This record gives sequence, C-alpha cells and structure tokens, in this order.
Amino acid sequence: MSFVSYLVNGISLGSVYAIIALGYTMVYGIAKMLNFAHGDVIMIGGYVAFFAVSGMGLPPVLAVLISMVVCTVLGVVIEKIAYKPLRMASPLAVLITAIGVSYLLQNIALLLFGAAPKAFTSMVKVPAVVLAGGALTISGETIVTILTCIVIMIALTLFINKSKAGRAMMAVSEDKGAAQLMGINVNGTIALTFAIGSALAAVAGVLLCSAYPTLTPYTGSMPGIKAFVAAVFGGIGSVPGAFIGGILLGIIENLSKAYISSQMADAIVFGVLIVVLLVRPTGILGKNIREKV
Amino acid sequence: MKNKLSKQTKGNFITYGIVVAAFILVQILLSTGKVSSLMQGLLVPLCTYVILAVSLNLTVGILGELSLGHAGFMCVGAFASALFSKCTQTAIPNSGFRFFLAILIGAAVAAVFGIIIGIPVLRLKGDYLAIVTLAFGEIIKNLVNVIYLGRDSNGFHFSMKDTMSLNMEPDGEVLIKGAQGITGTPNDSSFVIGIVLVLITIFIITNLINSRTGRAVMAIRDNRIAAESLGINITKYKLLAFSVSASLAGVAGVLYAHNLSTLTALPKNFGYNMSIMILVFVVLGGIGSIRGSVIAAVILTLLPELLRGLNDYRMLIYAVVLIAMMLFNWSPKAREFRETITGKFSRRKKTQEEV
Repeated sequence: MSFVSYLVNGISLGSVYAIIALGYTMVYGIAKMLNFAHGDVIMIGGYVAFFAVSGMGLPPVLAVLISMVVCTVLGVVIEKIAYKPLRMASPLAVLITAIGVSYLLQNIALLLFGAAPKAFTSMVKVPAVVLAGGALTISGETIVTILTCIVIMIALTLFINKSKAGRAMMAVSEDKGAAQLMGINVNGTIALTFAIGSALAAVAGVLLCSAYPTLTPYTGSMPGIKAFVAAVFGGIGSVPGAFIGGILLGIIENLSKAYISSQMADAIVFGVLIVVLLVRPTGILGKNIREKV
Repeated sequence: MKNKLSKQTKGNFITYGIVVAAFILVQILLSTGKVSSLMQGLLVPLCTYVILAVSLNLTVGILGELSLGHAGFMCVGAFASALFSKCTQTAIPNSGFRFFLAILIGAAVAAVFGIIIGIPVLRLKGDYLAIVTLAFGEIIKNLVNVIYLGRDSNGFHFSMKDTMSLNMEPDGEVLIKGAQGITGTPNDSSFVIGIVLVLITIFIITNLINSRTGRAVMAIRDNRIAAESLGINITKYKLLAFSVSASLAGVAGVLYAHNLSTLTALPKNFGYNMSIMILVFVVLGGIGSIRGSVIAAVILTLLPELLRGLNDYRMLIYAVVLIAMMLFNWSPKAREFRETITGKFSRRKKTQEEV
C-alpha cells in the first residue's frame, strides 16, 4: 500500500510540474526561447497568494485569482521589457537575459520579503480521503492538484485547437513570418502566450506551496528547472507532452525519494533529462525537425 | 622587431601586464599595511574567480555554447585535489611540491570529467546544451554530498550511505564525510601561487585561441555546417575546447579547496548559482574577451566589498548587469542609439581634421 501512496503523491507532484511545464512548452514553442524566469514567477505567485490570505484575510479562491492577475501582468511586462527587444538576437543573448530576469525576481523577492521562509497555510479546504480501510490516505491537496491539472489540460487543449487566438498561437509557432502575412498579430500572440503561461504559474505556485508549505525566494527555481525537464521529456512545444512528461517526472522523483535516496532524487531527475535528450532529443511526443543549410 | 609583434600578441602582453601590475600594486599595499584582513582574505578567491571567468570564456566566447555547469568542474577539481593533499600530507612533507601535484591532479580529473560529460553534452546545442550542463553540475554536487570515503590498514572504503557502513577498522580515518565534506585540507594556496595560475591560465587560453585549433573552434561557432564541410572535425575540436575549459575550472577548484580548511559542496559554492555568477563576469567583461573577463571578475568581486552597503544588493546588481548588457548589445533601439553616438564622434573627428 505504501507503494500506491508514493505513486499518488508522485502523480500529484507531477501535476504541479505539468502545469509549470505548460508555461515553458508554450513559450518555447512560440518564442523559441527558454524562459528561465518562469520558475520565479511561480514563487511570486506563491507570495502574492500568501499575503492575500494571511495579510488581508481574503478567501483562498479570491487569493488565487489575485495571484493569477499579478503573475499575468508580471509575465507580460517581463516579455515586453526584457525579451521583446531581443527577438532578433542570438539565442545565447536571449538565454542570458532570461537567467538575468530569473535572478532579478529572486533578489527582488529576497529584498522585499526576506530570506526567512514563510509558513504557507494550505489554500485547499478539501478533506482527505481514506481508502482501503485506512491503509491509504489521499490528502485534499493531492486530489485538488490532480483535478486542477486535468481541468487545465482539457481547457488549454480546447483553447488552442478551437479558438481563433489559439490557432493564431499554433500558426506563429509554425512560422512567424507567414503568420504575420496572414494578418496575425505576432507580438500580441506572443504576449498572450506569456500571459497564459504566467497565470498558470500562479496556480502552480499556490498548489506547490499548499503541498510543501514553506515559501522562500528560491522556492520556484528548482521546480522550475524540473518542470523544464518535464517539458523536454514530453516533447517541447506539445501540450499533452507537458502533461505526460510532468506526471512521469513526478512519479520518478517520488519513487526514487522513497526507494533509492532522498538526496539523490534530484540527481536522478536530471539523469532522466540527460538520457532523454541523448536518446530522443525531441521528447516523447515531439516532432523531429531536420536542420537545413 | 616591433613590427613583428602582431596585434594579438600585443593585446596578450597588455593582459599579462595588467595582471602583473595588479599583483605588484597589491604587494606594495600589503607591505605598507594598507590592506584590511578582510581584503587579504579575498585575494585568493579573487584569483579563483578570474581563472573561472577566463576558462568559462573559452566555452561561451570561443566555442559559443552556454555552459551552466562550470561550478561542477570546479567542484570535481576541488574534491579530487583536497583528497590527494589530505592523503599525502604525511607522505610528501614539502607543501610546494605537494600543491604542484595537487594542481595537476585537480586539472586532470576535471579534464576527464569534461571529456566524459562533453561527449554526450556537445551533441546538443543552444538551450538544451545549457540545461544539460546545468543538470550535470547539479548531479556532481549531489553525488559529492553522498560520498563517504575512509582509509584504514586494509585500504580504502567507499560508501554512499553513511560513515557506519564504511566497515572500517578502529584505526581508520574518514576522508570524505558525505555532506560534511573534507576537513583538514592543508592551506597550501597563496596569493602568489594564485597569480601564477592566473597567468598560466591566460597564457593557455590566449595561445589556444590564436592557434590553428582555436581558429577551427571559432569556425565551428560561426557556422557549424560550413566548418564541417571544410573538413574540420567538429566533435574533436568542440570536445578539446570544452575539456580544456573544464580542466582550468578544476585548477580554480584546487586553489579554492586549499584556501579553506573545510571543503563542502553547498549550493552556494558549487551550485548553479556559482556557475551563473561566473557567467556574469564573462558577460560583463565581454563575451570572447579574455582581458574583459579578468577585469570584470576583479571589479564585480571587489566592488560589493569596498562599498559595504552594496553587499545586500550584490546579486541584484549582477542580475541587472546581465539584462542591461544583453539589451544594450542586442536590442535594435540600443544599437541605433550607439550608432548615432559613434557617428557623432567620428564626424567630429572629421571636422577637426578638416580644420
């Protein structure tokens, strides 16, 4: 039974990774850049929700909404100031800028909120479910996380495939120039992608902090990197890929924590990334693109 | 005679000159007692950072790939050499010779890791390469934290669990104690050795850049496919540059390890934060410019210490430096702005000439 419990917790952690990975995968698909700062947007989302609940006494649902709005604005502002001027620059320059933004967010948070961890009270008010006569307890956070992830996945898939804006996103990721000629607002579409990704990051931040209730300025960076691993694992640019990659990674991490060594769990997760990139660089669901001269 | 010196050689001599001048200046200040003990403690780390920055510049500037695992190689060099020094502390009493061997061992082990990691990593490029080097750096740091190594009359004992599972004789001594790292490393590093190593590093890198090998590596950076069609062995040259860079980072690690009596692998010293800090030095100094890396590493290390109040904002400044440099160099508006400024200057020069 303990195995099932580890597995369920792994799926829950993986759901958070999947939500974060969506932000990476969508931005990578469209802007062809690794948004290193995405993990830190999660952290900001966590702090906003924390202060909304414990500082202003707002109900959790409202706190999540506020956090989503703040992160959306933040994501769009970051894109506008730091990434947009570099659209034509070398990938190296863009990556360094993204690292810089990530550091900037961490250190602003450090100055504003201090290094001391904040005890995050869980935003989830769903009672735990006891199964199999008490042998298996699934916490409310786990249930809500998994359900949220599934809802977000379905909604996002529908949005991308059915709505006009979603199709514009697909077109821009396929070919920016051609999309512009077809009358698509490329800059607007990229900004929209950042907005959606950042709003999802806020949700992920609240879920992550509800499950692991300490909040520091560095909370977001490791899950952020791991979620990128998940996005690569599933195939970058693919929404269902992010889901599968996230869940698998969460399970791998939790099982290796339980059965191998808790100190080695991170190393194993990164090992997975290396193996995936070497064996199948495009990930599980990615498309193979050949380089042409 | 003067005409025979090429522009590059002249440039290199200026770089060496700056380092030597800085060394003499520090020695004069030291002898007059104008240097606080805090600053004195900073001299060896300063050399470490300069070596790291110069060696990372080989990967970022010359090879054109972003490595975020540079601190991992430093970690490898540091632990390998510290282990060696600790084991041979009684066998080789001459500290100078022992440190010389330690440097060679640190460099060799880091180079081997550079090759092992480079073979898979260099098949990737761009963002993927960056994230995989980051992953390797974190794996190294995590692995070092779970290694337990002991020595007794039966030889070496190795474990990845704890000291108890080493199963040692009572006379045994624990050499590496997992997360507590290595304690009791001899303090062999000094500022003089540091400066010598900095000079050697600059010598190796500049000569590599100006050699046939360096030109091949730069050709690969500028256009991989074109270079390949000219018959340049891509894998060989990439791997060579990467492992030289790793090996020199290992040397920096040796210097770092022998400056401290306790060596532990923390996120602060060997994590990716450190790798990014080195990257900041390289970026501020100018990607591809060795002299720039040296100067940037010195300024960015000393500035927060000199201006005590700035220390809280140190990382914030680093972040702003990264973003500002990139925007200044690459955004179309900043480019226009720079062109108008340089245009004005050159026009003024012309008008002066006409007058």
